[in-house]
Amino acid sequence: MNAEDFVAWVRRAAELVAADADRLTRLDAAIGDGDHGHNMDRGFRAATDAISGGTLPEDAPPGKVLMTAGRAIVSKTGGASGPLYGTALRRAGKALGDTADVDAAALGAALRAALDGVRELGKATEGDKTMVDALAPAVAAYEAALADGSDLAGCVRAAAGAAGEGAEATVPMQARKGRASYLGPRSTGHLDPGAASTALVLGALADVVAQGG
Amino acid sequence: MVGIVVISHSRALAEGVVEVARAMGVGKAVVEPAGGDLEGGLGTSVDLVEGAVATADDGDGVLLLADLGSSVLTAKMVIEDAGGESLLLADAPLVEGAVAAASMAATGADLAAVHAAAESAYDHRKTR
Repeated sequence: MNAEDFVAWVRRAAELVAADADRLTRLDAAIGDGDHGHNMDRGFRAATDAISGGTLPEDAPPGKVLMTAGRAIVSKTGGASGPLYGTALRRAGKALGDTADVDAAALGAALRAALDGVRELGKATEGDKTMVDALAPAVAAYEAALADGSDLAGCVRAAAGAAGEGAEATVPMQARKGRASYLGPRSTGHLDPGAASTALVLGALADVVAQGG
Repeated sequence: MVGIVVISHSRALAEGVVEVARAMGVGKAVVEPAGGDLEGGLGTSVDLVEGAVATADDGDGVLLLADLGSSVLTAKMVIEDAGGESLLLADAPLVEGAVAAASMAATGADLAAVHAAAESAYDHRKTR
């Protein structure tokens, strides 16, 4: 994947988030503060603007694309998703360094760095009913596919599939982080909005790679 | 003097906590608010937090206090981005922590002492 593919990923993520903003907000209204769709939409729009306008040098490597997008998300997203997604993208970008052409192993390392960053910042572990419940299985599935000899497209497909399944698996969980955790057992029976949006962002990556990225 | 930044989802709440903390800091403590989003609505703005830190910092370090959720995450991220050891986040209740920190900062104490004072606020119980 080159820098253009990473720009395309952020754009596609922004499209999917915009299309699903109302659903994300409804999910968040059930157990959170009801702003997740709006915040994510605003953040990813800002990210798209930051990497499309003349602000980014034309020869910027993939890592710089993700770090710039991450900074924009941090600045423009009002809720907890700003620091969390911002950290994820910036850590992934940092892991990619100055590499111009990202191979399957490098992308896997970047996704792992994103997960580590989110865990460190939010102190959430799997089972807490957060975005980690989508991101952690996605990274694990990516790494397993890579170890099995899959190409980049295969690894990304595995990750996106695992993220979707991971998000669905948050439904019966009782929240242990964020506003939903105040609800105790009443937080069960709902899909976690952060896990749902994480599945969208990884789905966007699969879309872009499938289109020949 | 160690500066103090109060981060809240609400501009009014941050300003109110700062008002109380400044009074307890006997007019000497430097306490700056970073409340709400850039438009004045509920939320957290990394730009407002970084701006408040810059205003509060005279070289002796800054203690951050945050209400919850994204305020805490934003504070942690700003500290990570700043690097070094001149910024600390207190694990403390917002009002009590800010009052304790401002009281200690006004004595000219260093960042470690102001941080410890803020964190000791949890020990001041109200019904026992």
